[in-house]
Amino acid sequence: MSDILLNVKKLETWLGDGERPVRAVDGVDLKIRKGETFALLGESGCGKSITALSLMRLLPPSGRIKGGQVLLGDTSLLDLPEYAMREERGGRMAMIFQEPMTSLNPVLTIGQQIGEAVKIREEADSSSLRQRIIELLDSVGIPDPERRASEYPHQLSGGMKQRVMIAMALAGRPELLIADEPTTALDVTIQAQVLSLLKALQKQTGMAILLITHDLGVVAEVADRVAVMYAGQIIELAGCEHFFRKPQHPYSQKLFKSLPDSKKRAQRLAVINGTVPALNQVFTACRFIDRCHRAFEACEQAPEWTQLESDEGVRCHLAGRADQWLREAPAEEPDHLAGQAEGMASLLEVKGLKVHFPIHKGVFKRTVGYVKAVDGVSLAISPGKTLALVGESGCGKTTVGKGILQLIKPTAGSVSFASDELTQLSGSALRNRRSELQIIFQDPVASMNPRMLVGDIIEEGMKAQKIVRNSEQRRSRVAELLEQVGLPSDAASRYPHEFSGGQRQRICIARALAVDPKLIICDEPTSALDVSVQAQILNLLKSLQSSRGLAYLFITHNISVVAYLADEVAVMYLGRIVERGAVDQLLASPRHPYTQALLSAVPVADPNLKRKVIRLEGDMPSPANPPAGCHFHPRCPVVMDQCRLACPELLEQSDGRHVSCFRVEKGL
Amino acid sequence: MIGEWVILWTDALIFLLLLFSTAFGIYAARKEHLRGPWRLVVRSRVGVSTLVILSFYVIVGLLDSVHFYPLVNSVEKGGAQTQSAEVISLFDHLVTPLRERQEKTYSAPLATHLYAKENIELPNGEVIRDYPRLEFGGAHLTMPEVEWSEDILRLSAMGVIKGLLVSIVITNILIMLLAARWNGTYGDAAKLLITGKTVIPWRTALITLMFVILILFWSIELSSHYHILGTDKVGEDVFYQALKSIRTGLLIGTLTTLVMLPAAILLGIMAGYYRGWVDDLIQYVYTTLNSIPGVLLIAAAILMLQIYMSNHADEFNSLVERADLRLLFLCIILGVTSWTGLCRLLRGEAMKLREVDYVQAAVAFGVGHFQIIVRHILPNVLHIVLITVVLDFSGLVLAEAVLSYVNIGVDPTMNSWGNMINSARLEMAREPVVWWSLLASMIFMFVLVLSANLFSDVVRDAFDPRLRSSR
Repeated sequence: MSDILLNVKKLETWLGDGERPVRAVDGVDLKIRKGETFALLGESGCGKSITALSLMRLLPPSGRIKGGQVLLGDTSLLDLPEYAMREERGGRMAMIFQEPMTSLNPVLTIGQQIGEAVKIREEADSSSLRQRIIELLDSVGIPDPERRASEYPHQLSGGMKQRVMIAMALAGRPELLIADEPTTALDVTIQAQVLSLLKALQKQTGMAILLITHDLGVVAEVADRVAVMYAGQIIELAGCEHFFRKPQHPYSQKLFKSLPDSKKRAQRLAVINGTVPALNQVFTACRFIDRCHRAFEACEQAPEWTQLESDEGVRCHLAGRADQWLREAPAEEPDHLAGQAEGMASLLEVKGLKVHFPIHKGVFKRTVGYVKAVDGVSLAISPGKTLALVGESGCGKTTVGKGILQLIKPTAGSVSFASDELTQLSGSALRNRRSELQIIFQDPVASMNPRMLVGDIIEEGMKAQKIVRNSEQRRSRVAELLEQVGLPSDAASRYPHEFSGGQRQRICIARALAVDPKLIICDEPTSALDVSVQAQILNLLKSLQSSRGLAYLFITHNISVVAYLADEVAVMYLGRIVERGAVDQLLASPRHPYTQALLSAVPVADPNLKRKVIRLEGDMPSPANPPAGCHFHPRCPVVMDQCRLACPELLEQSDGRHVSCFRVEKGL
Repeated sequence: MIGEWVILWTDALIFLLLLFSTAFGIYAARKEHLRGPWRLVVRSRVGVSTLVILSFYVIVGLLDSVHFYPLVNSVEKGGAQTQSAEVISLFDHLVTPLRERQEKTYSAPLATHLYAKENIELPNGEVIRDYPRLEFGGAHLTMPEVEWSEDILRLSAMGVIKGLLVSIVITNILIMLLAARWNGTYGDAAKLLITGKTVIPWRTALITLMFVILILFWSIELSSHYHILGTDKVGEDVFYQALKSIRTGLLIGTLTTLVMLPAAILLGIMAGYYRGWVDDLIQYVYTTLNSIPGVLLIAAAILMLQIYMSNHADEFNSLVERADLRLLFLCIILGVTSWTGLCRLLRGEAMKLREVDYVQAAVAFGVGHFQIIVRHILPNVLHIVLITVVLDFSGLVLAEAVLSYVNIGVDPTMNSWGNMINSARLEMAREPVVWWSLLASMIFMFVLVLSANLFSDVVRDAFDPRLRSSR
């Protein structure tokens, strides 16, 4: 076929040498057609990024390509000498990376950096070069490109930087753009901007995109075809629509079932047990066998690739019989995990919480202003309930959590917990109350002291709170807690680094439970985890809630997790809550324009569901210098004059929710 | 032979340090995060070979740190043993011939004659001006001009043969130990070791050890009949002086860190952890201290001490004690001027760590400040402390040489490389040049500093988490 742009055959890449090299890419075949978007989907550690780096021949020093063939058009990339390969990189193929913050040189202007990429490709005098830079910046939708070209990276926001990266990649007029998790580091509203930009550019230039991602929603949004990668191999290849309608491989099926959403509220999420196997071994059995719910004797032999239809296939012994088992598959046992009766007095009540950080300047460190990270937040949580605090990064949601815990002293406002005013307590009085409020952090690596044994980590809270004084009893309680969170009891005598991300998060949960808290603040506990592991943690949190009557303040940016777990939702924007209400009500019919835009930007794992994305222009302003009036007005699609002058109150509506918007107030 | 034991201040401290490091070693062996990097150190070739060389220095230094009054056969009391007034060390005792065979003045390395012409009275009463024979160097030769080179070759060969024999014995013992540990046969262990396929590079360690042993035996053989590095102005053996200087160098390098560590760790972590006025105060202290030129501070302190010592001469039992106190004082003042660098590093690290999630979690549990510092912050900055200590060591050894050179270092009566260089300075202008004092001290210092630097590189590579992840 002549429309094949990139043809990869039996690509094998090994990392590290010695006796047990990591076979990061182990026989990958793929074909990308001209002008299509091809998504490579997989959990972390599956070899997606190494595949992309192998195509560009940009492997880290320890990596080497052991075999296979990569054809770009008619050129065999792996046989090219390095100088010819340099022509291809940034020429016919270009790449953008996950982290836009570190991909740009901070001491050169945007224009210089793009100009560098342009100059390699084409002869240009200074005026035509400048014109081309502006043209490129304009094509990626950067407003006011003339001015932006002479700015430095730190003056741009994350989304803008990613656009600049795309502009640099476009400088060589590539036929293939490899995008390695291009939106993972960005917020949903920005992600929506970047994805639609990529789509538009593709339509204009006709380039093919190899999109590497772990997000099923992103795949559904933009991909034409999907390849699922698992443990260094492609295990399923299908057209996007077909893939979402009828996944063939058991892994893909489970992946879909483990996605949280509001329909699964009453039940446990399906989980894929365990983790991706270590790749430094030679596999004889199917790589998925240990985690597969459908494994049978034949799986002891590694399955071959089975071609299903043209261009579709799956690597499974059960290939082609998917329909049959889909019907056979028993419906997930509805697990009655519903919350307790309502109408109790609230456990935690926060009123007008403000956290301002002073900005010091000059020799004498005069305070010249404040970063208003949290600017008047009020919320309440009843015992045994979950309140989700939703917002983009930088809106102050983590600071709210720390302010409630008194890890950061609030500037003003009150935090009353079980009728005690926490802001008034200090020293030992506060220390004694700490057992009732606990926190789970986002990063499971940083939240445990690497120098301590897991057992000591869990015991720490008990010792500090003097809950169990006897060391014998403490140890038995640690074993009990580990069992509750689903870890073996010998975990206590090991170090945190011996555990995977999901297991570490379980240890953190066990640590928090050790002091019998009533409320746990979960600060994005699943955002660093893969989808299948996220489901395990969410299940655990949910079952702990029903067995112990815990209340959660769940801080997140992931709307589908909110839909699955929360009873109430509060949406935050730039230090203030803009809308608050019951979860089904708020997600079904958001009232505040920001909530509407936020919800519309969330990619949904269903390519048939065409929704209208409300595009927000620009980025969130800095909390050091918030806009006057309603904080949202510079980006609001339905802004009114009044919004620029005054800030709307958070008022209760007739349906019981609270909204802070003049439009809603007026009933528009 | 050995009379009353004498424990000098520095001796006590050095053995205290040894005790500490042993205790730390036992503690580290039980903690995976500390044992892991050390395992990397002993698995590196540079690591083991520098360790062998450093341990040679340490053994000499430690032997030289056990002091006592020797018993001497007194002439007046009819051969009865009395205690000498002079304090010597175990090392001095071992190399007594080196110490006692003093010539009149300069002699070149391996020479049989003095370096300067003197009036010599011949048996027949005639006085001629010539280079006189040395009292000890090559004294066994009757016709030095003819026999000298042959004698040197013979002694060298003897030394090399003895050294080889000892090395072979050590190698065999090691192979047997390894074979016992791996539950294998002697042959297997030998094969693994000789092909260099062991996890710990034993082959490299053995080769280095062999070199050290060969040089050791060679110098033992030669120095029993010659002054292998010549003699100085008053006829003392330069080789002996250089060996004695090892203790001084090691003491300066280690005791100074012992003095500065508590201040640097405590203040650095406090400044970073508490912030606010504590931080301001500590920062002002070390910024102020940093802006005083270190050499001036040291000069002032040493001069003050000198005056005190000459006014209270009766408080010191012996010259050695006096010199020792001055050395200790130098360590302290060097420590005072050098804690700021580490303190600043630790302040930054503590500032970073106090915001880390696990410290926040500990605060959320209501754990006290002291507990947080001890349990969460200190163990996580230890690698920085270790790297700094090892890196600083060689700098301090060199600093001693420089300070002694400008006469504000150790006591002039104390053997140190700085003093040797200082005394050699004058002789560089002499014609013909007296070069061996300078060369001897340079070689000894160079080997120590080079191996300490290489070793510290290995330690840093093993302990620095950033470097580790890039491997």
